[in-house]
Amino acid sequence: MADQVDKSQGIVSAPVPKSGFLDMMRRFFDSDVWHSFKSSPITIFAGVITLIYFILAIFGPWIAPHDPFDLAGLSLMDSLLPPAWMEYGEARFPLGTDDQGRDLLSAIIYGSRVSLFIGFASVILAMVMGIALGLISGFVGGAVDAFIMRAAEIQLSFPSILIALLINGIIIGYFKTHPEWQVDQVTLAYFVLVLSIGLSNWVQYARTVRGSTLVERNKEYVQAAHVIGIHPIMIMWRHILPNVLGPVLVIATIQLALAIITEATLSFLGVGVPPTEPSLGTLIRVGNDYLFSGEWWITIFPGAALAILVLAVNLLGDWLRDALNPKLR
Amino acid sequence: MSDVPGSALAEKAPARTDGRFGHAMLKVEGLKRYFDVSAPWLNRVLEKQPKQILKAVDGIDFEIARGETFGLVGESGCGKSTVARLIVGLYGPTDGSITLEGNNIAGLSRKEMAPMRRRLQMIFQDPYASLNPRWRVRDIIAEPIRAFNLTSGNTETAERVAELLTFVGLNPRDGEKFPHEFSGGQRQRISIARALASKPEFLVCDEPTSALDVSVQAQILNLMKDLQREFALTYLFISHNLAVVYHISDRVGVMYLGKLVEVAPSKTLFTTPRHPYTRMLLDTIPDLDMTGRERMPVGGEVPNPITPPPGCAFHPRCPFANDRCKSEAPQPIAVDGGGLVACHGVEEGRVPQGPILATPAKPDGLAASVHE
Repeated sequence: MADQVDKSQGIVSAPVPKSGFLDMMRRFFDSDVWHSFKSSPITIFAGVITLIYFILAIFGPWIAPHDPFDLAGLSLMDSLLPPAWMEYGEARFPLGTDDQGRDLLSAIIYGSRVSLFIGFASVILAMVMGIALGLISGFVGGAVDAFIMRAAEIQLSFPSILIALLINGIIIGYFKTHPEWQVDQVTLAYFVLVLSIGLSNWVQYARTVRGSTLVERNKEYVQAAHVIGIHPIMIMWRHILPNVLGPVLVIATIQLALAIITEATLSFLGVGVPPTEPSLGTLIRVGNDYLFSGEWWITIFPGAALAILVLAVNLLGDWLRDALNPKLR
Repeated sequence: MSDVPGSALAEKAPARTDGRFGHAMLKVEGLKRYFDVSAPWLNRVLEKQPKQILKAVDGIDFEIARGETFGLVGESGCGKSTVARLIVGLYGPTDGSITLEGNNIAGLSRKEMAPMRRRLQMIFQDPYASLNPRWRVRDIIAEPIRAFNLTSGNTETAERVAELLTFVGLNPRDGEKFPHEFSGGQRQRISIARALASKPEFLVCDEPTSALDVSVQAQILNLMKDLQREFALTYLFISHNLAVVYHISDRVGVMYLGKLVEVAPSKTLFTTPRHPYTRMLLDTIPDLDMTGRERMPVGGEVPNPITPPPGCAFHPRCPFANDRCKSEAPQPIAVDGGGLVACHGVEEGRVPQGPILATPAKPDGLAASVHE
């Protein structure tokens, strides 16, 4: 943890392991974190579910039975078919089809891909920004603190979807007036979504981290580090940050769900991903229109996929918070 | 006590160290630290409030010789912890100087302070808050070693940490554990090991035993005494517990409301206290001999340090105060036995020697409650 201060290399004592991938793996499987993972069945379950989603997301094009984005492969004759086990269902479409005749299972696999990417990327962006600003705010205090926190409060007084729309509009407008930037529309849509959802969610992290930082910075272990003469940035990084991360991980898992939903809303409003590349959120939205006409599968299956994903990530977050807290070990 | 020459009145002599020790290692002169505790600027302007200044430390002088233990006692809020934080550089002083071995260390920036830090470390009061809960004990103790680059590599650092753990009476294997796996006394040992890691010469101990069980306090005090002998350490020992201070200190300073009211060798202070405040403090030590002697505990409360009483700050609680005490601040004067006392009454000889009896009439109603 604190090994980086040591300048001299080459002194190898018996218990200090050599570097190398295999060795890293061995150390990981020896660690307390892995042990606590192993001893909690529900966490293993959540971990397996999350892993399945990741595999589906990464290898989607090779796993999915159909390519839902291939317009030539769609047929309106196949539209609104029920799941395979029901009357009129077809084995080609295990979970049925939507109004365009797209295979729902394939659409969910491709949709998870989009949702997971945008969800994770925007949560990481918001988290990094919020933690950094919160730490600085709480640790430095004074005018810096007042400035950051007033900015946070102003942003908090608007719904985050409005902030996302605003950022979205600014960026899209910028690229419209600067045609010399040759950007792919789909890439731009992803980029804008991540940026706008990320920027509209940093406040929660910043406020949480600031609150904990205010408590931690007055504790005697921080004063002890000051007395030793550790640089304030190192004190923030190595002493305070590990002690304020617990609640942040829990917020992050909840925010992941919110980010995926925000993305769905933005897509519905027409500023998100193009309808030709639907995310889970878009699928749920579209399916909503058919819920009362009996075609429940179009919204229920993507909805269940989203709910299971969010639940699994939440459980993992809870476990991670406890596993990283040495007091609970 | 009237043998004090009048010429010593104006002389503001620093509390000299007694002859058993060498030259002064730490010298504090006219040290002041004021805190601005006013309401925020906007409130002050709108509500027309004046600025409020809390004089936590208001001009104190003392010297600590190499190898000596200087005890600092006083009630809560009298500024003893502020003195500790000023000396290690956690606060910058409002005025005055702190010299360590001839180098002024008052109000230095972090970089300027760097060469002095290794020699000056601190032991904190609360062993539950002074160790980072996320760090293993070996990393906690190794932090000063790494910060000052005292070893040539991880192996040497690990050996040094094991050695330090042994010094403080813990097992080297305890380094793998986290702080919460230890009891309060063991944590304070870890805290001491960390303070010793940089091989300091001067240790500031801010109430190191007040958060511990009485049985453990003695162990920690004895450990500190042993370490002092072994490593020739100099201590500034802060406590509100007079018995603890008597046990460990060579000389003792008594603080009241940001000022030193009496400084004397430990034996002298506890056998023949001069200042009325010291004498009343000593009367608060529980008497296991059950002599049944009438006691005169300190009545009333410490006055608000934002608006301290004029003259001698102790006069509202002092049974011997007269008009001079209410208007003129006393200066420290030398008394026999090697001590310094800041008291008009002692200087004029109107404070009788011997135990203060709970009979004298109170000059005003403030200190009216005499229990027992």
